[in-house]
Amino acid sequence: MSHYLSIILFTPLAGALLLLFVSKQNENAIRWIANVVAFIGFVISVPLWFWYNPQNPDFQFVERAPWIPSIGAEYFLGVDGFSTLLILLTTLMGIIAILSSWTAITERVKEYYVFLLVLQTGMLGAFMALDFLLFFLFWEVMLVPMYFLIGIWGSANRLYSAIKFFLYTLVGSVVMLLGILALYFYNQSVTGVYTFDITLFHKANIPVNMQWWIFLAFFFGFAIKVPMFPFHTWLPDAHTDAPTAGSVILAAVLLKMGTYGFIRFSLPILPEATHAFVPMMVLLSIIGIVYGALVALAQKDWKRLVAYSSVSHMALVMLGMFALNPVGITGSIFQQLNHGISTGALFLLVGIVYERRHTREISEYGGISKVMPVYAAVFLVMTMSSIGLPALNGFIGEFLILQGVFVASKIWAAFAASGVVLGAAYMLSLYQRTMFGKIENPKNENLLDLNGREFATFAPLLVLAVWMGLYPKPFLDRISPSVDHVIARVSPEYAKTASADCDPAVTPTVVATNAAAQFLSAAPCGPDGKPLDAVVDSPAMPRVVASPAMPRVGASPPMPQVVASPAMPVVGASPPMPEVVARPAMPGSRSTPTPASADSAAPGGRR
Amino acid sequence: MKYIWLIPLLPAIGAAVNGLVGVRYFSRRTAGAFACATMMLALGLSLLAFWELLGLPAEERAFDVVVADWFPSIPLQLHDGSVGTFRAPWGFRLDPLSGMMLLVVTGIGTLIHVYSTAYMADEPRGGVARFFSYLNLFCFFMLMLVLGNNFPVMFVGWEGVGLCSYLLIGYWYEKKSASDAGKKAFITNRVGDWGFILGVFLIFYTFGTLDLRDVQNAAALMPVETGHFGVLSAICLLLFVGATGKSAQIPLYVWLPDAMEGPTPVSALIHAATMVTAGVYMLGRNAVLFSHAPEVMTIVAVVGVLTALMAATIGLVQYDIKRVLAYSTVSQLGYMFTAMGVGAFSAGAFHLMTHAFFKALLFLGSGSVIHAMAGEQDMRRMGGLKKFMPVTFATMMIGTLAIAGIPPFAGFFSKDEILFRAFLQNKVIWSLAVVTALMTAFYMFRLMYMTFYGGYRGPAWEGADHGHGVAHGHVDAHADAGTGHAGTQDDHGHGHGHGPWHGPHESPAAMTYPLWALAVGAVVAGFLGIPAAILPSGSAIEHFLEPSFTAQEVRLQPDGTPLSGVRLQADQATRPPAGAERAAAAGHEEGEHQVSRAGEIGLMAFSVLIAVAGILAARRLYVTKPEISEGLAERFAGAHRVLSNKYYVDELYDATAISGTKSAARRLWTVDRQVVDGAVNGTGWVTLFSSWVSGLSDKHVVDGAVNAVGWTAEESSYWFRRLQTGLVQNYALLMLFGVAAFVGLYLIVR
Repeated sequence: MSHYLSIILFTPLAGALLLLFVSKQNENAIRWIANVVAFIGFVISVPLWFWYNPQNPDFQFVERAPWIPSIGAEYFLGVDGFSTLLILLTTLMGIIAILSSWTAITERVKEYYVFLLVLQTGMLGAFMALDFLLFFLFWEVMLVPMYFLIGIWGSANRLYSAIKFFLYTLVGSVVMLLGILALYFYNQSVTGVYTFDITLFHKANIPVNMQWWIFLAFFFGFAIKVPMFPFHTWLPDAHTDAPTAGSVILAAVLLKMGTYGFIRFSLPILPEATHAFVPMMVLLSIIGIVYGALVALAQKDWKRLVAYSSVSHMALVMLGMFALNPVGITGSIFQQLNHGISTGALFLLVGIVYERRHTREISEYGGISKVMPVYAAVFLVMTMSSIGLPALNGFIGEFLILQGVFVASKIWAAFAASGVVLGAAYMLSLYQRTMFGKIENPKNENLLDLNGREFATFAPLLVLAVWMGLYPKPFLDRISPSVDHVIARVSPEYAKTASADCDPAVTPTVVATNAAAQFLSAAPCGPDGKPLDAVVDSPAMPRVVASPAMPRVGASPPMPQVVASPAMPVVGASPPMPEVVARPAMPGSRSTPTPASADSAAPGGRR
Repeated sequence: MKYIWLIPLLPAIGAAVNGLVGVRYFSRRTAGAFACATMMLALGLSLLAFWELLGLPAEERAFDVVVADWFPSIPLQLHDGSVGTFRAPWGFRLDPLSGMMLLVVTGIGTLIHVYSTAYMADEPRGGVARFFSYLNLFCFFMLMLVLGNNFPVMFVGWEGVGLCSYLLIGYWYEKKSASDAGKKAFITNRVGDWGFILGVFLIFYTFGTLDLRDVQNAAALMPVETGHFGVLSAICLLLFVGATGKSAQIPLYVWLPDAMEGPTPVSALIHAATMVTAGVYMLGRNAVLFSHAPEVMTIVAVVGVLTALMAATIGLVQYDIKRVLAYSTVSQLGYMFTAMGVGAFSAGAFHLMTHAFFKALLFLGSGSVIHAMAGEQDMRRMGGLKKFMPVTFATMMIGTLAIAGIPPFAGFFSKDEILFRAFLQNKVIWSLAVVTALMTAFYMFRLMYMTFYGGYRGPAWEGADHGHGVAHGHVDAHADAGTGHAGTQDDHGHGHGHGPWHGPHESPAAMTYPLWALAVGAVVAGFLGIPAAILPSGSAIEHFLEPSFTAQEVRLQPDGTPLSGVRLQADQATRPPAGAERAAAAGHEEGEHQVSRAGEIGLMAFSVLIAVAGILAARRLYVTKPEISEGLAERFAGAHRVLSNKYYVDELYDATAISGTKSAARRLWTVDRQVVDGAVNGTGWVTLFSSWVSGLSDKHVVDGAVNAVGWTAEESSYWFRRLQTGLVQNYALLMLFGVAAFVGLYLIVR
């Protein structure tokens, strides 16, 4: 059990390694192995759904081991509800993508599946990593296979698209790396500890001006990935030219990296900056919603249309997130799953007719529902899911997001809701142009309907779309601890009673210390109301707990790194970091002395 | 009543089975029978539930069932800064209003299902199953809309019926006009939904709940917003925007006439009896909210009466039998909104019910005619059908008399109630409504006269004596058009492929029985609402529905306890103002506009007179002196053209909103490629260019410097190399020179 996440994580990679030993000529064996591996990958991830305990707000299935001890990087995995769902989405879309490629890929089959499986590991790792450097590693690992998938198995303009995708995302991730390093060194300058531990950063109080810069750095990394207007232009190209499986993975999972990044890192680590940037983010999101929808309306290329609808939908996800209230963020997370399902399915649908006709021009089609009725029915359900028809999944996300946004600002909601109208316009006209009418193109007269394998790729998505629309509770229950966690940081006014019980002040160990103590805010609550010390007491952490106390004791055990750090010139002189303590009360107002803290602040009171 | 959630579920099962299995394996008969069976079961359950509801004391007629959680609780801030709980369960409520609507939907739904088994009999096998799947699905969503006890569940139905309407309008999807019409309906409805969901958001933001009844109770505690435009007015206005979309009011009515592209049973069920009345129903559900926003009520009434008038004028000149009925539907919906707007909620709901009967009847009758004419819909090519299809004629005549407002048919009572209330409230609205009533009687009888009276003007059929249609063409307003088309098989139809056409004929029993059933409804439904002026006990339906329009209401749970303590408190808190509320909602009897009983009867007589005038005018123009109508059309050619073209509203929307959006889309697409992506590519080019420059400089400057060093070394070595001759004598000589030089230097320096 303790290595459960690692098993999920490395199953695809093991499959990829296995494939390396299979002869290139033996294409069917390769296909079988890849499919079986992906299927196993999905099956072993399913227990995560049941084993994950939504009542426990902590990261679960935590695995920790030193990785590069000299710089404090660790192999640190763990999941909360949000990442659980994204992992399940990833493994599910993984098998679907691989299954959908059976007949579509006929060249360099072996390399293709190897890349897909490596990509799978990269994505899973990014969702599991709780160490920032590890996250960055997986983040970059994803890029390379995707680059080759587009560049080798793509369509006409594939090289341009692949390079554009690669460079664009790389630029973003380099800037993001700067942000990570800034955080890393800042943390070191305050606590004297080199660490990439995300759970620690989640409790950090970073000066506002610094938050700004880090937020901007993260913004570039994540916004390009989402993609937000105006950084979206790589997406239509990449989608259009990628092979079907590539598009599916790209839409369903890779784009979620951006939004995942915002929710996992930007919001909880940088709450003040998040608030400060709300106007910008909202503006870009609203532009994205309307702009993406309008541009989609003008498309003549089926896949490009879906790609632009993706831009519009992801902008809605961003908008819900930056409503900064529980309903908006819940909707935002839920909508990410929806987008994965419906847009993934829409790309699969394009892929199926593309495989038959080798064209994506909408005008080449028409009247398809006559010859492919099952296909038309699946397409209809997914269209409705995409435009947010109630009783299907899209509606839940859309409704929550818009309700959340409405509370934040009525004007934003009014604009964002217009995306709903436009969404119906472009999707329905796509549906009409391709499915309805008479068959005028003789090439369409003998198109084959979905076969068993193709239908199998849609079946789970259809089931999910209906399930999530009719009874989203199990999903929303799993999302809620993650949302609470983020909300406790960005909008503490929503902090629930449960977290109030375990406000930071209650844990003497933490409050006894000063400067660094500011990093260790509200300890997570256990079911009994006591703080769970899993994080603090974990074997890798003694440094953090021990070090903060040093300055207070005065000059005795000098901490060279701290003193040497230019950012903190006054360590020896005055114990607390002035700028940190002077800042307005943060969630739970950690600076307020409580009996517990007074107690432990007394000389020798520290344990 | 615990099982009211089964009522929507039954047609859902029917839809699923027909859609998943039936399309492939069911015969036409099985598919139809299965769909009908689910609807009949639903009807049976509805009757049972309704019977139980009637058994309760009037004040306790409300019943909530919560099946499961849907949106679980999530904290969210409210307008006053407090943190509320956002949640919505799958909850259903049966109360008088939803009970009435339930019967209308299941009752008329069942009849139309039966009718469709015959009407769609000539469709391909899979198509029939698909049709019934959609039709069942529609009933499911409509019942969700009706029974939902909170806004999100209502919205499920609200959007879902839109989807089914889309699917059913576009049932003949190979026809471009049909799929266009479906798309138009969906998107226009979405525009309305934009308002509706914003209204729902504002409701939550204001009241912290999405439960319909809780919202009404909370609203009852707020002051009436007379003379100013507060939050309640904003909510009501937004909800009304939604209603204009769904119920085809100005400015979003344009989709409904086009929706006639769908099969006629669809037009009858969705676009006449049930779905389009959803807006009216929704207003009725929110009666307390609306009665606290009098400014919006005025807007509702004005929009309603203007829609009624405008649609009626367009209806005067249409020739497509279904389009006449479509505009008549828009017009009658306008009436209902007028009723809602003047505060006569029960009158509006009553008209909704009677209208459902007679309009479904008229549509099904027109379907029967179209069926008989092998798909022909143009009334100029009909005429004299009375003798071919007596049942259709008789039942349609009942429907027409009902819509025209002739006593004792249903329409008379409901329409009269609306006119009376409008008279009390606002004379201008009343007079517009009366003019509309006149036109209604006129165009409906025009339809009847053109279709059933006079001579036959349609295409000839095998074995027919050609003479009889055209020879008696004295009624024929368009004799030339009629003869011109005689004998040509029409291409407008949807191709009932039943071999050679044997001329107009009466429809089969599966079609005529529903006609009779609806005709009975169109006669007796009105008796529920015989006004107090005639019957001392007063209007039965008004008393029945009243609790649904007022805040005070006791909710009865399955176990007899209220849902929660909070709600109970809300109830108690509501009680005092509820009395005042009731007065406001139930009309204005106690108001200053008291009219005597004699006055009321006088008004009644007047409205009958108006209707008769309309009928007589139609008779004169289309039966006795048809040339007059020709002459009128010529004399007022301009007006006629404007009306025929529906005031050019479609063209106006096309030129503004639609092409505006399209051109914006195209321009943005250009911007996206050239500016946004241009910047990206530009960056790429800049990088490439600078790397090229760097390459050049690397090659020529940096590498040049390196090479220069080498070159220098090489060149200089050339000269130095010459010194290395290898001859001892030369070295000796050089040494000598060197020694001499050093010695010389030493001597000089010293």
